[in-house]
Amino acid sequence: MKTYLSIIVVVALLAAVPMVTTSNVVLNFLVTALLIALAGQGWNLLGGYGGQYSFGHAAFFGTAAYATAILQVRYGLNAWVGSFIGMAAGALVGAVIGALTFRSGLRGSYFSLVTLAFAEVLRIIASVAPITGAGVGTLIPLDLHARAFQFQSRTPFYFIALALVAVSLTVIRAIENSRFGAYLVAVRENEDAASALGVDAFSVKLCAITISAAITAAAGCFYAQYFLFIDAGIAYGPWISIDALLAPIVGGAGTVFGPLLGALAIKTLGETTKLIAADAPGLDLMFYGLLLVGIVGLAPRGIAGLSRAISRPRRSSISTPDGSRG
Amino acid sequence: MAETLLKVDNISKRFGGLLAVNEASFSVAVGRITALIGPNGAGKTTLFSIIAGFLLPDGGRVVYDGTDITGEAPHRLARRGIARTFQIVQPFAGLTVRENIAIGAHLSRRGRSEALSAAGEVARSVGLGAQLEAPAAALTVAGRKRLELARALAIMPRLLLLDEVLAGLNPSEIRDMIPVIRGIADAGVTVLMTEHVMQAVMRLAEQVLVLAEGRIIAQGTPQQVAADQRVIEAYLGHGAARRMAVGAGHD
Repeated sequence: MKTYLSIIVVVALLAAVPMVTTSNVVLNFLVTALLIALAGQGWNLLGGYGGQYSFGHAAFFGTAAYATAILQVRYGLNAWVGSFIGMAAGALVGAVIGALTFRSGLRGSYFSLVTLAFAEVLRIIASVAPITGAGVGTLIPLDLHARAFQFQSRTPFYFIALALVAVSLTVIRAIENSRFGAYLVAVRENEDAASALGVDAFSVKLCAITISAAITAAAGCFYAQYFLFIDAGIAYGPWISIDALLAPIVGGAGTVFGPLLGALAIKTLGETTKLIAADAPGLDLMFYGLLLVGIVGLAPRGIAGLSRAISRPRRSSISTPDGSRG
Repeated sequence: MAETLLKVDNISKRFGGLLAVNEASFSVAVGRITALIGPNGAGKTTLFSIIAGFLLPDGGRVVYDGTDITGEAPHRLARRGIARTFQIVQPFAGLTVRENIAIGAHLSRRGRSEALSAAGEVARSVGLGAQLEAPAAALTVAGRKRLELARALAIMPRLLLLDEVLAGLNPSEIRDMIPVIRGIADAGVTVLMTEHVMQAVMRLAEQVLVLAEGRIIAQGTPQQVAADQRVIEAYLGHGAARRMAVGAGHD
């Protein structure tokens, strides 16, 4: 129970927010942050714990978003059922990409580039295929009922997003304390040494990318229901691939709370930039870039690593003021 | 001759124009310490990597416990009970000593806490008990060599392949390590080791195989091998044995 205590506390604190404020601005901000935290948690399992840096998590997000939307619009399926199928579809895409890339032995930057290519190919297909609405995109008709996964106010959406994040935190914590999690970290640290100890690196990575894709896919399903509109640029665009990796890296890759911390940090930064710079297009992206450079350069273990270093000072590669004495 | 655990049968491996291993054949008896020695570049590590499943041979077979295991993936060999250490140590640098060893212990234990506590026992058996919670990256060279050994032992192997576990250690560290290896063999694990440190080979090995230019040129007890003319020539150059004999005659 103790291992899950921090998750319970954090989720309880976040659940108390709607009691303090019902401001749509605040809730909207938090919902998008939770959405990124969820997508980022998917990336975190594969990238943070498994060391396989994907640049193409949009492939899972987009497939799930499109599946959810298309099943409703074209086949009249219930939105909740559609979301589950969407999640499964995202996981399936993850398994297929994983089987192809890992079977052919792609590691490091080769893996990153191939995942980017998969997402881009899907984006291009989605922007011309009739079933996705091609360039026009897919609009989910308004039907403000709980059974249609649509709500009048933002509060229910907020709680659903929070519940999804809570489940993802719990899943990641459970994996951390399992043999699979230990094997995954071993593969990240040294694949050859792991296989010499009986770790089937291919299966471990395949399993990781499938779960990773399912988590990010859940964010895609939620996105479709929350905004009720997707097109190729939203579903498969690089923005979600970038947010999904930026959040855990900023927050602390390979830690349970990294993606949540990072998502809150980058969303806060994004909103602040918008306030200061008004509508200068692309300025927030410049700040993201600077932030990423800063984090990777100064705090390679993210916010989580930084707070740990402050609370429990230990010699690290980060240069400290007293380093000048030497 | 005792029962054979590992049989290497006519293994060859070519890297481009270089014939690294040339029809090497030998067998390793169960419960013994067998040492594979030879000058630099003789093909020891290549042969080791083939046995451990990290390289595919161009020809020949590796038979373990009566089963042909040639070309089987390393993780499958580990499950059969073959463990290896790496000449260039490969710790999971971001993990603690205990977590490192637990990866091996997980092979037969699913539960995290069982694996972690088993890791503690293995660590103590190789003298790493005091550094259990230290990050692997903080260990000295000698500590990392012990960690390699502990991780391999944690899978509870029947056959342990040690690739130069003593290389890079100072004489007193070597002296400390020899009883550890002896203890592993006494516990019933068959050991095949490559080694440059002759003092250790002489003290530990019951059987010595000499590899030179990819061929097994001699085998026998350490004393037999040390007196073998072909072995002396392989190390010191063609004609060395005769010159030494002549030199001894002048004294």
